[in-house]
Amino acid sequence: MTKTLRAGRALTYVLVTAIALAIAVPVGWVLLASMKQKGEFYGSPWTLPEGLHLQNYVDAFVTARMGQYFFTSVLVTVLGLVFVIAVSVPAAYVIARYEFRGRGLVEVALLAGLFVNVNYIVVPIFLMLVGWDRALVDVFPGGFFIDNPGVLSLVYAATSIPFTIYLLAAYFRSIPADYEEAAALDGASRFQVMTRVMLPMARPALTTVILFNFLAYWNDFIIALTLLPGEGKTLQVGLLNLMTAQKAAADYGRLYAGMVIVIVPVLIFYAFIQRRLIEGMASGGVKG
Amino acid sequence: MARPAERGRRGNGLFVLACLLPALVLFVVFMIVPTVNVFRMSFYTWSGFSPDMRFVGLENFTRLLDDEQFVRAFQNTVALLVVVTVVTMGMALFLAAIMTRQKLRGRSLYRFILYVPSVLSVVVIAAVFSALYDQENGLINGTLQALSLDGLRQIWLGDQQLVLWSVAIAMVWQSLGYYMVLYMSGMSSIPESLYEASALDGASAGRQFFAITLPLIWQNLRTTLTFFVMSAVNLSFVLVRAMTGGGPDGSSEVLLSYMYKQAYTNSSYGYGMAIGVVIFAFSFLVSLLVSRATRREPLQF
Repeated sequence: MTKTLRAGRALTYVLVTAIALAIAVPVGWVLLASMKQKGEFYGSPWTLPEGLHLQNYVDAFVTARMGQYFFTSVLVTVLGLVFVIAVSVPAAYVIARYEFRGRGLVEVALLAGLFVNVNYIVVPIFLMLVGWDRALVDVFPGGFFIDNPGVLSLVYAATSIPFTIYLLAAYFRSIPADYEEAAALDGASRFQVMTRVMLPMARPALTTVILFNFLAYWNDFIIALTLLPGEGKTLQVGLLNLMTAQKAAADYGRLYAGMVIVIVPVLIFYAFIQRRLIEGMASGGVKG
Repeated sequence: MARPAERGRRGNGLFVLACLLPALVLFVVFMIVPTVNVFRMSFYTWSGFSPDMRFVGLENFTRLLDDEQFVRAFQNTVALLVVVTVVTMGMALFLAAIMTRQKLRGRSLYRFILYVPSVLSVVVIAAVFSALYDQENGLINGTLQALSLDGLRQIWLGDQQLVLWSVAIAMVWQSLGYYMVLYMSGMSSIPESLYEASALDGASAGRQFFAITLPLIWQNLRTTLTFFVMSAVNLSFVLVRAMTGGGPDGSSEVLLSYMYKQAYTNSSYGYGMAIGVVIFAFSFLVSLLVSRATRREPLQF
């Protein structure tokens, strides 16, 4: 009995370790390969780089413009988060706390919105923005809506509104109404009750939606690819371009360095917030 | 309980409106209108940039039936969905059970590593897998060569028979950890006493899994399955777009990538949107079927 139990346990370790290695090895291999010189890519992929060839990083940052794309990504992600929080918190609050006509309809529409993935509707969004640009060609001859990072972040915010409101409203409902009543008796306005009393209490839910939306915006590639067709790109689209270019040229160093530039910030972020992320998933942050 | 609504109705309407309006405007403009447009545009032929938009009724849809590339994309999507769902869910459930029941040493490290792909972007995953699969200098072929197993070397992304499987592996790699963590949190709330009681009755670990763990997280599993269908349809698209471009010769094309191609490369926006409608209907139907097929009496503990 104990013998089979021990054998089973050993087998479990082997299995879980194998799966963990299958995930860690490719990522680690990319990190290593990013420091290889051109000639080192021939022969066995398991050879270690001969030295720390950091020129790949300089090339990726400057020549392949990954540095510039990095800042575009930071900009659209931060703006998107600001937009989505600014519009979703008040909406979630009144949905959770106020009776008004049409509330049922609003809730059903938002719930249905949870099932609309942006990949299906990116084409009409693109055509709509192109149409707006054409209509306003006299005011903005160069176009305004396409190739505008601000518009991209607005689209990010809009497409995550259902998820954000869903999560925040559920949390607001769980906060006892006594706090609001006490604040109202003390003469706080409705707006103050919302921002000074309820918002600070909703911090855990707020953190969850920020984390999940951050990852969604930062990692998005289809919307950015469509709405920023010009020179200004996000990191993800830049990496895709780098992939196509370096493969054609059979020059891998810069590509691997570019991959590391995209991977490492997210890994650091993840290392810091993993506990919260996993708690957030358990509390209903399930997002397809 | 005096709800805030009863505190004085005057002016409440304005406050509610002011709070709701920005979110609703964004939601309607960038989600509802485009969604309606997908359906509307599917009845037209339109090359996008010309004002010439012609109503053709269901012609786009009837054309789909004779479009071999579309049929192939449909088959590929279904194949990927079935294979990836079965493998990912099976492995995720199994791993989650092991990790919660056996109290492995280094459990949080394993969990940390397995979740890593869920925070990476799909472009990064596509790039990593392109590097693994690379014909000449890739990790897989290079390793096979180093082990003198040259016969097993493959053109992973260039072989019509293999390419879909190569994409499927990348999909499982990406989603396994996410679902494992999700099931772990469900399983960890099952009371230990149930397992103790069944152990006294002589139930093996395998039997405990099917008799206790699985029934008690069944609702959890149902919800994730419904979401998984949609996220797999999307994931396959983004991976294919970044990794294979649908090639070679359409053998890894999936529904969304074909829609994208028709819209942007071919400038057949109406036709592309008809494909979009089919995907909508398809994933809705699959979700419904999954939900029906997995309906059970909810169990409590």
